[in-house]
Amino acid sequence: MSQATCCKGSAHGTALDEAKLAALDAVIAKYRGSPGALISALHEAQEVVGYLPQEVQVRVAEGLGVPLSEVYGVVSFYALFSMKPKGRFKISLCKGTACYVRGAPHVLERLEKELGITAGDTTDDGMFSLDVVRCLGACGLGPVITINEDVHARLKPDRVPGVLEAYRRADRG
Amino acid sequence: MRFYRAHVLVCAGTNCSLKGNRAVREALIREIEGKGLGEEVKVIETGCFGLCEQGPTIVIYPEGVLYCRATVEDVPELVDSHLLKGRRVERLLYREPTRPVAVQTVPELDYFKKQVRVVLRNCGIIDPDSIEEYIGQGGYTALAKALAMKPEEVIAQVKASGLRGRGGAGFPTGLKWEFGRKAPGGVKYVVCNADEGEPGTFKDRLILEGDPHAVLEAMAIAGWAIGANYGYIYIRGEYQLSIQRLERAIEQARRLGLLGQNIFNSGFNFDVEVRIGAGAYVCGEETALFESLEGKRGEPRIKPPYPTDVGLFGKPTVINNVETLANIPPIITRGAEWFRTLGTEKCPGTKVFTLTGDIVNEGLIEVPMGITLREVVYEIGGGIPNGHKFKMAQTGGTSGGCLPEALLDVPMDYDQLAAAGSALGSGALLIMDDTHCIVDVARCFARFFLHESCGQCIPCREGTLQLYHLVDGITRGTGTRQDLELIERLSRTMYVAPLCPLGQTAPLPIMTTLKYFKDEYLAHVDSRVCPTGTCRALATGHAAD
Repeated sequence: MSQATCCKGSAHGTALDEAKLAALDAVIAKYRGSPGALISALHEAQEVVGYLPQEVQVRVAEGLGVPLSEVYGVVSFYALFSMKPKGRFKISLCKGTACYVRGAPHVLERLEKELGITAGDTTDDGMFSLDVVRCLGACGLGPVITINEDVHARLKPDRVPGVLEAYRRADRG
Repeated sequence: MRFYRAHVLVCAGTNCSLKGNRAVREALIREIEGKGLGEEVKVIETGCFGLCEQGPTIVIYPEGVLYCRATVEDVPELVDSHLLKGRRVERLLYREPTRPVAVQTVPELDYFKKQVRVVLRNCGIIDPDSIEEYIGQGGYTALAKALAMKPEEVIAQVKASGLRGRGGAGFPTGLKWEFGRKAPGGVKYVVCNADEGEPGTFKDRLILEGDPHAVLEAMAIAGWAIGANYGYIYIRGEYQLSIQRLERAIEQARRLGLLGQNIFNSGFNFDVEVRIGAGAYVCGEETALFESLEGKRGEPRIKPPYPTDVGLFGKPTVINNVETLANIPPIITRGAEWFRTLGTEKCPGTKVFTLTGDIVNEGLIEVPMGITLREVVYEIGGGIPNGHKFKMAQTGGTSGGCLPEALLDVPMDYDQLAAAGSALGSGALLIMDDTHCIVDVARCFARFFLHESCGQCIPCREGTLQLYHLVDGITRGTGTRQDLELIERLSRTMYVAPLCPLGQTAPLPIMTTLKYFKDEYLAHVDSRVCPTGTCRALATGHAAD
């Protein structure tokens, strides 16, 4: 079977352990042969692996019988797909106009300062990643950030350290 | 069916969900059960009331008493006082800024007085997870009626209503359906565009959260009208609550035979599938959306051919916005003539607006087409907070234009806002007060388009980059009068040259700021002064000082 051999070159330093590999192959099998399913398959693949590194893209391409160039083209086009690993806590800051006029730039500045990273990066300990995203559609509550599934509304720069600390505490258990 | 003496409606729209509505609802149920009122009082989760600023909001019927900013701690008093003793809890009633006494009930509210609820007819009234409640409000009778009509008669009705697409372009819906009907081909599709990405817009999200069946019913009617048996709803991945409610609604409709095979014994088959987008503003453009639905990069196609001839998977496709579709069932049941009694002659019906920015009542409103900005800002929106002055309103989202105070009395419909140099667009209304620098705001628009340009065509890819650098330079104190001329020249090219509306509208918001607030630009380039003190590289104060 082609899938068993397709990732040989990238098997070292891999993002895929046995369990993830099996789950990924199940996703691929589910969508094989259905037209227009690439984006749905990539959504689920990202859910399994956490992000979409080259080895995952290769496996999806070969498994679905889609050229790798097309897979890479799709992954790099859409904002919800990431080729870099994200933090355990994924921070998204809304850059919509409503949030902007409500002070989102100041919140971003403070987040970058507190985390010691710039937007698009992940902290060295892998705890937080920070992204600036398009309008989240929660404009009545700006400035808005989301951390994983949680939404923090009407955020002021002064509240940033407290919010981050709560996640650090949660991570320590 | 059991009768209750009181219904407690808790808003479960996204905005209230973020403010802890679920905990309040659970506390209400516990408290009501604890007081032995479980047989008499029913707690219902419902769609958005629109008063997002005041969330979590609760309305208690039969009186329609509105409580705002209720917390879990308030629940025992609410139950004990209102439901047990029949006394209203004064401190939780809504207070309008313009009136000293608290507003008691929903119909009394200034916020609702000018509103007409057609699209939002069920939002905040029914439990969106219950198809029975939707049917109880007359749901799916429009589909039954349509299936007893000839497809051509359905189309004639929609044409006669004058309904125009609510996604922003304002194309006549009936005409689009007619093109779809007449297009040759055995396989056709109906697509619902729920990829709401225009900054400042969240109406489709709240319609889907509050009344998902309305959209499903309308899609089936569209399917019957054009001869399609399958529909797709393309929705943003960020809209988790809408996705869940839609999936549940589709299951319920299938179970009752309102989707699937042989609907109402008419021999008509129709089913719907939800497809989740992957985050690209350009996918709101219809042909880019098709590309994305086909699993590809969301790059717009060259038109013609138009979607009604060559659409999704190369088949004739009718694509409508969520709000457009939500208008269809009432048009079929109540008739085109009724619909024409609302709104303006060329734009009949209502429009849902999302009110955000520097305004007292942020939220979701539905008003007749042709209402003025002044009425919306001051009578419904409650004016500008914190003692500041109105500076401008951006209509239609980031791709719309900015209007100054002098144009507050322009009636808002597609044609009249376009004539004023702006756009009705998706219905976003972003209000800004006099603390904001116009050039800094324009820079925010330019940055947005630079980021969201898909890169396929050169006028947009390069044009948005140059526009950004020109505006950014002005905020940094390096701008000149020649740059202002260059912005205008570049904009003239960009209005016509790009492949799709993303590039074609990118200069519009910037040009309107330049047109209506030229003095502020001149202060930046001539005197190196930012009057509001926003641009840090420049001096603060007034140019004339």
